[in-house]
Amino acid sequence: MREYIDREVLEDLAVGATMLGAGGGGDPYLGKLMARQAIGAHGPVRLIQVEELPEEGLVLPVAMMGAPTVLVEKVPNGAELKRVVDAVETRLGQRAVALMSAEAGGINSTIPIVAAAELGLPLLDADGMGRAFPEIPMCSMSVRGISATPMALSDEKGNLELIETVDNAWTERLSRTATVAMGGSSIIALYPMTARQAASSVIAGTMSRAIEIGERVRTARERGLDPLGALLETTSGRLLFRGKVADVLRRTVEGFARGTAKIEGSHEDSGHSLELEFQNEHLVALRDGEPLATVPDLISVLDADTRTPITTEGISYGQRVEVVGMPCAPIWREPEALEIVGPGYFGYPFEYSPLQEVEA
Amino acid sequence: MRLGIDVGGTNTDAVILDEDDRLLAKHKTPDTDDVITGIARAVLEVVQQADVDPRDVTHAMLGTTQVTNAIIERRGLARVGILRLGAPATRAIKPLAAWPEDLREAVEGPAEILPGGVEYDGRPISTFDEAAVRRAVREMKDGVEAFAVSSVFSPVRSDDEKRAAEIIAEETADGVPVSISSEIGSIGLLERENATVLNAAVTPVARRVVGAFEGALEQLGIDAELFLSQNDGTLMSLDYALRYPILTIACGPTNSIRGAAFLSGMGDAIVVDVGGTSTDVGVLSSGFPRESAVAVEIGGVQTNFRMPDLFSLGLGGGSVVRSDGGVRIGPDSVGYALTREALCFGGTTLTMTDVAVAQGAAEIGDRERISAAGEVVEAAQERSVGMFEEAVDRVKTSAEEVPVIAVGGGSILFPDELAGVSRVHKPEHFEVANAVGAAIAQVSGTVDRVFSLADRSREDALEEARKTAFEEAVRAGAHEDSLEVVEIEEVPLAYLPGNAVRIKVKAAGRLESYQGG
Repeated sequence: MREYIDREVLEDLAVGATMLGAGGGGDPYLGKLMARQAIGAHGPVRLIQVEELPEEGLVLPVAMMGAPTVLVEKVPNGAELKRVVDAVETRLGQRAVALMSAEAGGINSTIPIVAAAELGLPLLDADGMGRAFPEIPMCSMSVRGISATPMALSDEKGNLELIETVDNAWTERLSRTATVAMGGSSIIALYPMTARQAASSVIAGTMSRAIEIGERVRTARERGLDPLGALLETTSGRLLFRGKVADVLRRTVEGFARGTAKIEGSHEDSGHSLELEFQNEHLVALRDGEPLATVPDLISVLDADTRTPITTEGISYGQRVEVVGMPCAPIWREPEALEIVGPGYFGYPFEYSPLQEVEA
Repeated sequence: MRLGIDVGGTNTDAVILDEDDRLLAKHKTPDTDDVITGIARAVLEVVQQADVDPRDVTHAMLGTTQVTNAIIERRGLARVGILRLGAPATRAIKPLAAWPEDLREAVEGPAEILPGGVEYDGRPISTFDEAAVRRAVREMKDGVEAFAVSSVFSPVRSDDEKRAAEIIAEETADGVPVSISSEIGSIGLLERENATVLNAAVTPVARRVVGAFEGALEQLGIDAELFLSQNDGTLMSLDYALRYPILTIACGPTNSIRGAAFLSGMGDAIVVDVGGTSTDVGVLSSGFPRESAVAVEIGGVQTNFRMPDLFSLGLGGGSVVRSDGGVRIGPDSVGYALTREALCFGGTTLTMTDVAVAQGAAEIGDRERISAAGEVVEAAQERSVGMFEEAVDRVKTSAEEVPVIAVGGGSILFPDELAGVSRVHKPEHFEVANAVGAAIAQVSGTVDRVFSLADRSREDALEEARKTAFEEAVRAGAHEDSLEVVEIEEVPLAYLPGNAVRIKVKAAGRLESYQGG
């Protein structure tokens, strides 16, 4: 297991986090630059396992919330992170012993590193999704009954909001409204929990896993080997479709970037088409109208030439792409988890069928 | 009649085309230090060869890699004062955060992050502070030669950037260049800011090139409309080029791909441009270069430009061949000294040109002088074929065999047959494809504004944007029947009443005046 996150590791982490982002989670490029600046100023961040923490110690996930198109334009101020951590700590009367990533896919893999470096705290080697998801309750901690509140939100102007709710659906509703008012993006601290609670509810090892994916893809490339093969091997994933982006339709609805990308098949898929529907992240891949892969499994799109991931905001007409499916963390396949992250939740009329069982 | 000129890293090429697009004359001459002499020399040569009256030249188009080379070599760049409007947002990442150190040293002036900018829906983030901008400009102005201004969400609303540019103009001497980000890039603050700073940094280079272009044609008594080629294969006026020189950075490969399409009459193929030092392999798709899908780096800086998707390899006519322990080619090249250094020209260096001559692929220099053993020549030939095959394979999108168009001065090196290629075309005038690409470039019209989708469909709004872009292109001199949409960009502006979307459409077509004859 890796023990520190330094500036060099950030490059691999950013690649791995984009793969785990399933098209969303925001471009980690921005978070990487912030983390590089913070590590440069405060030194590397210690990556810690949950067993190493005192059982009653406070573990606090931090993240950025909002539409990815806003994040790439309105870069944070930097002071928001300390402000939200302070607010939750003050409310609970307890200092955090470790910070955590709520979502290791995308920019939220790197934001907690910025906070950990600035506050001199270790970072738990875990996350709450094993990928990226669009809503706050879509989190392993929520599945295990942990409340997302008290939760703090802040913007670059210095506004701070502390919310306490009756359940995590309300947390989503209230914090989304506040985030929209704050200009479409905010910095948040949420799901405060003890290390004992964390031990049974987080998805352990996700940070190391993201770094490993990035590292294996990079070394494959350096040795002149196929980075796609390395990705599929590391993630137990499979190639779903190859083709060219024929149309992209986008709309921003209630704070989410929604849309559809249509891909015309090439190679063994020529004559077929794939429709990718996304809400920040890819939700379903429909081959000739039939579901080929669905949430909560991960669907990622790679540039066919460079094998670099393309995010949902970066996908555009004419791109030659490869669509990859990767199995989700096991917790998401539990029935109660599927209720909040399965295709039904997003309004699709079909059931989830795990990736391996889908016939090509 | 039209002149097409290409000032590359090694040679200056010129061609002259008549109203029916017939090539009347062509010439290739080594670059000169002052650019102007090279252009004048090449143009004089084609005008004389074609035996035309200089006054009959109506349009002259220049494509040049001078701006690109200045960035890559970190040479002749302006120091830039950087203003970013958006505080207190954006302080977490300072301007030029991920720039290579040496480029930063050459370009970075004082930078300030000040209030201003808007949210995604056009609401102000903070109130634009005129006094703060004025103070910053006064403090910066003595140490910088140009300014770059960007503000948060300026593609949605650019008032603050424009006001800051006015203040800079009030506070500085006439002619200090100011680049504003909304006119250069799209959504993505850091990439747009990078491109804006680069644009400001290359303004001295653009002035030098434009001055040389005007000066050279004036010397020759040519009074034509002058244009520079830009990245997307369309033309821009010199005024425009002086304001947005960064838009010329990819015109070299674009011109060579467009020139190859024109010379071969093909619409879909792989284009291999073999130069003196390197080879660029790109894809011609429906008459235009295929664009890169990933963020484009220029001189190590991430930008959000759309540029041709290229694969480059260090193999060209001047590439040095070594045979110590297996044959190696390049990546070093004798460059413009080829006619002095290469064996076939009486020099002492075995180059790829010598290999081509020894194999009978070219009739230049003196074949007798090539002393290298037959097996070295053969091994080098074999190695180069392998390098070309791999490069072509990398840009291919399917395993099917594809046609290749070989252009550029070094394309004598390109084999007539290779694996994965259905046919190799070496069209007439292949060596001046770049200059031809400049001469046939199109004029464009752009519309960029916010549409409300409250009571109309997206298709309807796109159609109106397309029509407006067409009208703009016709106004700029394009022939209506030849117009095509070359770029569409949509940025949804959420939460605005009526579901607003910013639509940018660019249309391009041939110059109306070409259609004579």
